[in-house]
Amino acid sequence: MSDAIVDIREKALSALEQLKDSDSLTDWHSLYLGRRGAVGKLFGTIGALPPEERAAFGQRVNALQKELGAAFEEREALIQSQLLARDLEEGEIDISLPAYPRRRGGLHPSTRTHREFQMIWADMGFQVYQSRDVEEDEFNFTLLNLPPHHPARDMQDTFYTKDPRVLLRTHTSPGQIRAMRELGAGGTKPIRVILPGMCYRQEQVTARSEIQFTQVEGLAIGRNIRMSDLKGTIAEFAKRMYSPNAKVRYRASYFPFTEPSMEVDVECFLCGGKGCRVCKYTGWLEIAGSGMVHPDVLRNGGYDPSVWSGFAFGMGPERITMLKHGIEDIRYFWGNDLRFLQQF
Amino acid sequence: MLVPISWLKEYVDIDVPVELLAERLTVAGLEVAHLKYIGLPQQTVAGVRMPSSDHLVWDREKLLLARIVEVKAHPNADRLVLAMVDYGGEELEQCVTGATNLFSYKDRGPINPPIWSAFAMEGSEVWDGQSDKPKRMTLKGKELRGIFNRSMVCSEKELGISDEHEGVIVMEHEAHYVAGTSLADVLGDVVLDIEFTPNLARCLSMIGVAREVAAVLGVEMRYPSFDFTAKGAPIEGQVYIDIREPELNPRFTLTLLRDTEVKTSPFWLQHRLKLIGQRPRNNIVDVTNYLTFELGQPLHAFDYDKLVERAGGVPTIITRLPHPGEQLETLDDVTRDLGAETILVADTAGALSLGGVIGGGETEISEATRNVLLEAAAWNNISIRKTIREQRAHTEASARFSRGVHPSQAILGCQRGIELMRQLGGGAIADGALDAYPLPPASVTVDVPIERVNRLLGMEVTIDQAADALRRLEFEVAIEGDVIRATAPDHRLDISANPVIGQHDLLEEIARIIGYDQIPETIMADEMPPQRENTAVLIEERIRDILVGAGLYEVINYRFTSRESEALLVPSGAASSLPAAGYVEIANPAASERDVLRHTLMINMLENAVNNARFQSTQQVFEIGKVYLGAGDLLPEEPMRLGILLTGPRIPSWWDGDGSTGEMDFFDMKGVVESLLHSLHISDFALESGTHCSLHPGRSANLLAADERIGSFGEIHPEVAARFKLTDAKVMYGEIAVEPLIRQHQRLHTIEALPITPAVLEDIALVVNESTPASEVEAVIRQAGGRILKDALLFDVYTGDPIPPGKKSLAYSLTYQDERRTLTDKNAAKIRKKIIGAARHRLDAELRSQ
Repeated sequence: MSDAIVDIREKALSALEQLKDSDSLTDWHSLYLGRRGAVGKLFGTIGALPPEERAAFGQRVNALQKELGAAFEEREALIQSQLLARDLEEGEIDISLPAYPRRRGGLHPSTRTHREFQMIWADMGFQVYQSRDVEEDEFNFTLLNLPPHHPARDMQDTFYTKDPRVLLRTHTSPGQIRAMRELGAGGTKPIRVILPGMCYRQEQVTARSEIQFTQVEGLAIGRNIRMSDLKGTIAEFAKRMYSPNAKVRYRASYFPFTEPSMEVDVECFLCGGKGCRVCKYTGWLEIAGSGMVHPDVLRNGGYDPSVWSGFAFGMGPERITMLKHGIEDIRYFWGNDLRFLQQF
Repeated sequence: MLVPISWLKEYVDIDVPVELLAERLTVAGLEVAHLKYIGLPQQTVAGVRMPSSDHLVWDREKLLLARIVEVKAHPNADRLVLAMVDYGGEELEQCVTGATNLFSYKDRGPINPPIWSAFAMEGSEVWDGQSDKPKRMTLKGKELRGIFNRSMVCSEKELGISDEHEGVIVMEHEAHYVAGTSLADVLGDVVLDIEFTPNLARCLSMIGVAREVAAVLGVEMRYPSFDFTAKGAPIEGQVYIDIREPELNPRFTLTLLRDTEVKTSPFWLQHRLKLIGQRPRNNIVDVTNYLTFELGQPLHAFDYDKLVERAGGVPTIITRLPHPGEQLETLDDVTRDLGAETILVADTAGALSLGGVIGGGETEISEATRNVLLEAAAWNNISIRKTIREQRAHTEASARFSRGVHPSQAILGCQRGIELMRQLGGGAIADGALDAYPLPPASVTVDVPIERVNRLLGMEVTIDQAADALRRLEFEVAIEGDVIRATAPDHRLDISANPVIGQHDLLEEIARIIGYDQIPETIMADEMPPQRENTAVLIEERIRDILVGAGLYEVINYRFTSRESEALLVPSGAASSLPAAGYVEIANPAASERDVLRHTLMINMLENAVNNARFQSTQQVFEIGKVYLGAGDLLPEEPMRLGILLTGPRIPSWWDGDGSTGEMDFFDMKGVVESLLHSLHISDFALESGTHCSLHPGRSANLLAADERIGSFGEIHPEVAARFKLTDAKVMYGEIAVEPLIRQHQRLHTIEALPITPAVLEDIALVVNESTPASEVEAVIRQAGGRILKDALLFDVYTGDPIPPGKKSLAYSLTYQDERRTLTDKNAAKIRKKIIGAARHRLDAELRSQ
């Protein structure tokens, strides 16, 4: 019977050397070292041996089991390393193949700019106040110091509704009156708000002008709000929105609802002020219309203009978005072509 | 408005480069949009950014002022002549030219007085007059039909002054002209194109701009003479004025010039008018235009004799409102029906002109006119605005009167105008001016304490600085202690008599003249209002983020639509489930298909889908925006809606896929809606069978949150899909009210602790009636499973053999777990038995045999 141990050992070891993959390794393992494998069967024969031989036989089978086990592990390690080497060598993929599609979504570019605005203004203590789109003529014009037949009404082409008292707001400014009346507690509380929203003008739709567009209006009312605060606040905004080194220019201007009024230009961030197509070779980009709230408007909002003062400004997110992304056609914004939206 | 610097310099000395002046004016509120250079070089000024100009710069040595002393015939050509030119050189220069305006001098000997013109020497650069496109050329000597020629007399086009190339420049003699002077010193110019905001009505003239220049530069203003030399009989008794509506016509002035000659204006006048884009006509009409632009006071000239003829004697000029049905044929050959509020200039025979807007044809100046009656009046700007709108009559006069011309200017214009006419056409001015001035505006004086100036500007201005700024603008200023008392000059209508508003008016003027750049930049030191977040905005933004995370793109559409478009959403014969509210109707829509504000986001989103389908099969988009619901009040309600649209393959096909990812259907939409609700932690929601008319009744649902119906979603109705030609792929649409989402979202929610005991998983398949909704089966399973059943996930729905007809098999993967103890197989079997029992009992379900 001791020959059987030798036989098995030789057969097993020579078979092991032929093995090339993990499947045959598994087969080999169950054939020799499994519960019903050859070595196991040898243990089963121990009972049939005379008692004096049992110990010696058992020791030899044990030794065989250990030897085969070690040989198996060695072979297994070898095959694993061969397989790994082959995989590293041959398993190259064509990384230029297109990626598997992932579902991706995106915010509208106008929303993105509005968020940027809102974050910057929130940092400066301005909260969002939402006002209505369909407005009374009185709020859109008259209470903002634009009585009927005021020349400045010509600056804006208005969509009127069939009721001549009602129109689509041409700017976010009527929200100033609503915010003052709602938040000002009868002209006794300071206010700092921004008023984002859609505005409407009866214009020819072209690459440069649209019948609807968004604005962000800002309003600060207090007992001691100064024109220097307006300059400082807008300069701070420009630094955060455009560049920490943004140069700002202030020009006298005219809006019926502010006085003094001013336009704010920022040095063109595309050409650094040298002059390019986008800034029409002027080196400046118009970013805001602004001014000190007109006494009439303060009064219409419930404040005593001899005690309270304030500033207001208005900005056009679409224009800024166009500048930042090189969008040359404003009609892209409400065209909702996915090929456009997917670029943000 | 075009403002030639040469013209401005008549009233104010400008010793800074025009580029710097343009920047200073722009910053002071007179926006210089463009500089047009004529012959002069562009200058670079530190700190001033200007687009570079590619105009022709005149060579100071080679482009010269010259006299044409004689014109001779060309021996070989009828259409060419030889101009003998004195350009200040030793000898006369002979120029071959085809200038037709020299032909009349041909072979008539020396011209007396000589013609002044522009001379270009050999080697100088000019524009090619023959070329249609701008093309430069350098003069070189060559033979022209046998005569050697090396220089030329120039047209305006060749010099870049205008497009005129009919003949060479012909100027009358001026005392200071010297042959050989650089042309740049005579005709070189820069024309500022200035854009005026409505408050700058006082600036719509050369003098108006010059005043601002004088104030900004701190130099003196030099006004022209407004006197006239009268040698004729007094005007009184030769014409009368009758103002019937002083509110609309507060002032009316007249002067009269007899025995004058209507003819072509001299070069200087024509040149100035052409520089500002006006076409010269004759000396009388040109003077009225000139004063409109010089002083900002429009004038109107009548043929006096025609007025006498109409009146059958001494004419009376009446300003009045029209009679019913009255008409007037104006200078532009339009016969106009006159509205009841149109102020007219008339005589006893009828209407003569639309006051302050446009003259009538009958009494206009003609070549035969000998006697000119000149009108300068003041008109109510709102009345003029109404007339412009009603008559669509936009003229230089109406542009000024509609913005406001101070009545003080009328007499100045009337006197200066008649004197210029006399100088140009000869004749005698009737002595005196008729001046009817029933309603002079009150003079405005405003007191402003310097402390208020400094407090509102946020800077330290001394009272003297502030007073100086106002004086520069011709305010009369007195300093009384700490208060500035300023009286507005009589050309300004924009300073309010209201004390607080008047102070702001002055504040702006002080800041403008001192310079906005001098105001410091400060951070608000005022009391801070309470900082509260805007929940509606926060949740709206959260919804956007959730949907973007789910792979959707945000769209933003026009809020305009039409009734007809929205009617497309209602299948034939169906009752509409769109809002029953009234529409906000636009009185002046941009297009007929955009004449109301939308009631739903659906139309625009379906249109988006149609447009995008040309390029992309898979579309997943959403919009958050208002709809406008008329409620009978003056203003509509403007609730916010969320629209979601899904269509196309679930996953676009790709190179390694098997191409069968399936098309998006109801359940994709349901997944988007549910994940939105989960993310907002709104757990109290349910679905019921869809009832929205635009959705497929069998493949849509209404969404209820806290028992409130807040929207619907599902596959769009096949009839609606067909109307939009959206038939290639099923289109899912949902619309949900945003306000309930904001109201019901849970800011705080508790989480479940992670169990430490193991879970037991098993699958069961139940055979139920085909009509039993899956939600009902799940509800029974969950109820029977109780606390221990953690999840019941439907993983297969099957009908067909061996399942009997009318039945379906629903297979669930069940998860049992008890946080308090480890479940044994026996525990699990017990729950399973309970679930099967409940299903059998309540749903008539059978366990599907394996």
